[in-house]
Amino acid sequence: MEYLAIFPPLVGFLMAFLFGRQMGDKGAQLITCSGVIIAAFVSCVLFVQVIFGHDGHGDPRTVHLMQWMASGDFKINWALRVDQLAVVMMCVVNIVSSCVHVYSVGYMSHDKCKARFMAYLSLFTFAMLMLVTADNLVQLFFGWEGVGVASYLLIGFWNHKDSANAAAIKAFVVNRVGDFGLALGIFAAFVVFGTVQFDAMFEMAASKADATMTFFGQDFHAITVIALLLFMGAMGKSAQLGLHTWLPDAMEGPTPVSALIHAATMVTAGVFLVARMSPVFEYAPNALLVVTLVGAATAFVAATIGMTQFDIKRVIAYSTMSQLGYMFFALGVSAYGAAIFHLMTHAFFKALLFLGAGSVIHAMSNEQDMRKMGGIWKKIPTTYVLMWIGSLALAGMPFFAGYYSKDIILEAAYADHTWFGELAYYLGIAAAVMTAFYSARLLFMTFHGKPRADKHTMDHVHESPPTMLTPLMILGTGALFAGYLFYDKFVGHHQIWQDSIFVLPENDTVEAAHHVPYWVKKLPIVAGALGLVLGWVFYLKFVGLPSVFTKVFKPLHTLFYNKWYFDEIYNAVFVKPAAAFGRVFWATDRNVVDGLGPDGVAKTSRGFGAMLSKFQTGYVFQYAFVMIIGLIAIISWFFFKLTNGQG
Amino acid sequence: MIEFPLLSMLTFLPLVGAFFVLIIRGDEEAIARNAKRAALFVSTFTFLLSLFMLMRFDASSGEFQFVEKGEWLPSLNISYHMGIDGISLFFVMLATFLTPICILASWNSIKTRVKEYMIAFLILETFMIGTFCALDAVLFYIFFEGVLIPMFLIIGIWGGPRRVYSSYKFFLYTLLGSVLMLIALLALYLQAGTSDIPTLMANPVVRDMQMWLWLAFFASFAVKMPMWPVHTWLPDAHVEAPTAGSVILAGVLLKMGGYGFLRFSLPMFPEASEFFTPMVFWLSIIAIIYTSLVALVQTDMKKLIAYSSVAHMGYVTLGIFTATTQGVEGGIFQMLSHGVISAALFLCVGVVYDRLHTREIARYGGLVQNMPKYAVIFMILMLGSVGLPGTSGFIGEFLVLLGAFQANTVVAAFATTGVILGAAYMLVLYRGVVFGAQKNEDAAAMKDVNKREMFYFVPLVLMVIWLGVAPGFVMERVSPSVDKLLTHYNEQIGKSVDAELVSDDNVQRSESSAVKSAVKGVSHE
Repeated sequence: MEYLAIFPPLVGFLMAFLFGRQMGDKGAQLITCSGVIIAAFVSCVLFVQVIFGHDGHGDPRTVHLMQWMASGDFKINWALRVDQLAVVMMCVVNIVSSCVHVYSVGYMSHDKCKARFMAYLSLFTFAMLMLVTADNLVQLFFGWEGVGVASYLLIGFWNHKDSANAAAIKAFVVNRVGDFGLALGIFAAFVVFGTVQFDAMFEMAASKADATMTFFGQDFHAITVIALLLFMGAMGKSAQLGLHTWLPDAMEGPTPVSALIHAATMVTAGVFLVARMSPVFEYAPNALLVVTLVGAATAFVAATIGMTQFDIKRVIAYSTMSQLGYMFFALGVSAYGAAIFHLMTHAFFKALLFLGAGSVIHAMSNEQDMRKMGGIWKKIPTTYVLMWIGSLALAGMPFFAGYYSKDIILEAAYADHTWFGELAYYLGIAAAVMTAFYSARLLFMTFHGKPRADKHTMDHVHESPPTMLTPLMILGTGALFAGYLFYDKFVGHHQIWQDSIFVLPENDTVEAAHHVPYWVKKLPIVAGALGLVLGWVFYLKFVGLPSVFTKVFKPLHTLFYNKWYFDEIYNAVFVKPAAAFGRVFWATDRNVVDGLGPDGVAKTSRGFGAMLSKFQTGYVFQYAFVMIIGLIAIISWFFFKLTNGQG
Repeated sequence: MIEFPLLSMLTFLPLVGAFFVLIIRGDEEAIARNAKRAALFVSTFTFLLSLFMLMRFDASSGEFQFVEKGEWLPSLNISYHMGIDGISLFFVMLATFLTPICILASWNSIKTRVKEYMIAFLILETFMIGTFCALDAVLFYIFFEGVLIPMFLIIGIWGGPRRVYSSYKFFLYTLLGSVLMLIALLALYLQAGTSDIPTLMANPVVRDMQMWLWLAFFASFAVKMPMWPVHTWLPDAHVEAPTAGSVILAGVLLKMGGYGFLRFSLPMFPEASEFFTPMVFWLSIIAIIYTSLVALVQTDMKKLIAYSSVAHMGYVTLGIFTATTQGVEGGIFQMLSHGVISAALFLCVGVVYDRLHTREIARYGGLVQNMPKYAVIFMILMLGSVGLPGTSGFIGEFLVLLGAFQANTVVAAFATTGVILGAAYMLVLYRGVVFGAQKNEDAAAMKDVNKREMFYFVPLVLMVIWLGVAPGFVMERVSPSVDKLLTHYNEQIGKSVDAELVSDDNVQRSESSAVKSAVKGVSHE
């Protein structure tokens, strides 16, 4: 049963990837789609079993597959851990993935490499499933890197485009910076706990609450070190401020990819990681503080950038980053359930928005610039309505999915009664205004007003085929009802989490969130409504207003429009120096070689006789001696230390 | 019971084969054809024999197996002593596995002096296997140095335009290190009165002596490895060597240094090894970061991979000298994994080099369109080199870093940055060759990998994935020997610490070693 929820996508990937040519496009599409749909169906069944099994007490299980690594005390198994948290993630991943698979059949109908595209999507789904069902940190790391590779392959799917290749590499390398922290976090966890298996670690967490470890020559609180290092990994994958620069560029990939990987699932892996490790994070209050601050700052900064962008996909990308910020500050105030709740609702409405945007782009003959759209709502009414649903959910309007999850996050932040919780609340409110504003901006610029595209494009505008609209409707249903239906189960009075999420009694902000003052509960709705009205005023009522505003607030607008100059700073601080150092070191290598002869390399290649004479002049020996002398210098220093030690 | 001399068979079978190749007669074309077939047959048979050995190997034992001991120079107490344990087992396998692949890879690309080429390769195989099987220091030295000769010829005769320069550089470099090792071997022999490796391992010499001997051995192994700063021969040797030469150089020859550390330095000079550990750590870190950065700016495919090899070998030395179970096992695994991955990467370069005769990255581009199979193979190997979980590259790297973290968190943090840089240069290489627009017509017209090439890529790629998903088969055979080595190592160090504590003549040293053994990780408040 558990196998059927995880492995069909792998089978789909292997078949479509290795035999795509033989089975043809249709065959590849059929096998990959049926793979994920089977997995989606089975995970829904598992959802019911795991959560409502044992008379409603839950029936989590772990399936042991085989041993992976064993080196001394370090033992790692391949296993499928299907508990409440995992099964929620499995459902989200499989359902959204199924929608995206089916959608892609329509969206990619003009592409030459359909089989390869479908194969990569399935590979991604499999890696993501391995990530969420991991039983230990190393298997999680396997899934973590696996989704990274799938993301790399899909961002660079149109690999003849240089911009796509650059974006793909950037995504992989920036993620690797996060992985650097994650790997060190795993090592630290092993040193502290003697294991990286989840249950064993969690059992020990309380007893290690006061342990310290030496890191960079100083004693630190061990669990805080682990938590912060793991969080660094989460920041990379979930595009949190500082390690976010890859996400907007990742929009180079085909739109279904953006929907699946860079909105609904992969980027939420960091949220999942922290929630999964909640028994450890709970004993690291300082780490939670950092998580809160980073999350709140991300929510705010991303929203400011989102207001100024013109590429429809980039606007949604920044809104994703902003929403991930919400999830993280929820985690930071120990509202893990609320974070996962928002993760789930966000997966639906954000995938809906992206796929809807894809439908618009499809209709507009691959135009992504909102300045060249407008006035098309009558021509693509279904997409139009669905985009409204997604946007209202994003803006947190009452009774849409996002309303329930965003509100509980903000309330929990307020209920934390700490300075950073409160700060997160207010930044969150500010971001909510901006979110609603740019959602409205996106809708009005894209669908309303006068058409700004050329006549040929406008004549060509057409509604998407049913293969694209059906998945949109499924996601739209989710964006409408997922919040209302699951509120009680995720963050209400009948929570399903049991042992899969651990919260110290004094940190239970989800419970406290139900008892905050009236105005705290209502302020998010006011903020959302305000943002929508402002958007309406700016982009439909008085269309000249935005340009006046950008002139008046020029410095601020420039800062936002240029994404706070993160890319430029990183280029100057990291990318260029790395290449420069590389050249300097290489020159060092070669200059030693140049010692061989006055004219260096060129001369030495003139053949055997010339070489021999050179050889006899002793240049090669000189060179060798230089190296030996260098070695001797290092060695004598050590001996110096040795004799000093003895004397 | 008289044991079947399996190891001797294995070692000298290629040599016998080389003799038969030597006596092939006929016109030039017939000689070439028959020499190739004979060499392939012999090396394949050797591989099958080594598989037989692998099956017979007792996985639960950390002792030497298939031991053969015969009198050789009785008056000098030097014997012909062969045997393998879990540490050497897979290096033998690596050598027998890669040799037939090398011969296949040279099938069409070597056109001159085919017979001599095949002879050189078979002799090389004998020396390589012998190095890993020898249990007598003199015997080891002969094999270890013998490897130089055929390799020197392979680069010097069948190499690229600057082959002579490169081959001399290679030869002199390694020879200089070896001379020091020879002196140390003599000193060791005169001191202990035997050159028997197991005996020497069991009875380390006195501390002061260890220091000098360790350094002399280090000089040799560090060059072979190669460690920074004695690595500059490697890029040149790789660039000029024919494809198969690069494959065997990266696949097997680089592992002889690491093997030497495990067989000689750690067990025979434990106190010296412990003393020099910080130096090795920092040299390893420099190697990882420095050469990764250099790899980042290379424009020559082979040079890039050669520099990446130096970085990967940095992980190996780092792991070995952490003297933790994970570190040492990771180091061994990293060597095996690198042996497969880098060998296969050099074959990948060979495939396009055979077609276009250039190694300039800029001359290729967009190969995914005309060579889809090649793109897939290259992709998997590239990801293996990056250390993606699920490939063999991950296991070694991860265990080494885990071991390093236990020994010294600063070292581990620095070394882990290599993970980022490694991704950067490999992805840039891959983009330059396989992705992008098809800039060059001749590159765009190249044919995809043919059947012969598939024949050796498929096992290599499967090996990368198999070792990555289920490394248990290798690990469980390596572990007992590593446990034995580390137990011995820690005993010796513990003994020396005790002795010093009793005599109390060296307070500082015992402190420093106490600090290291208590590198603690965790202490409760």
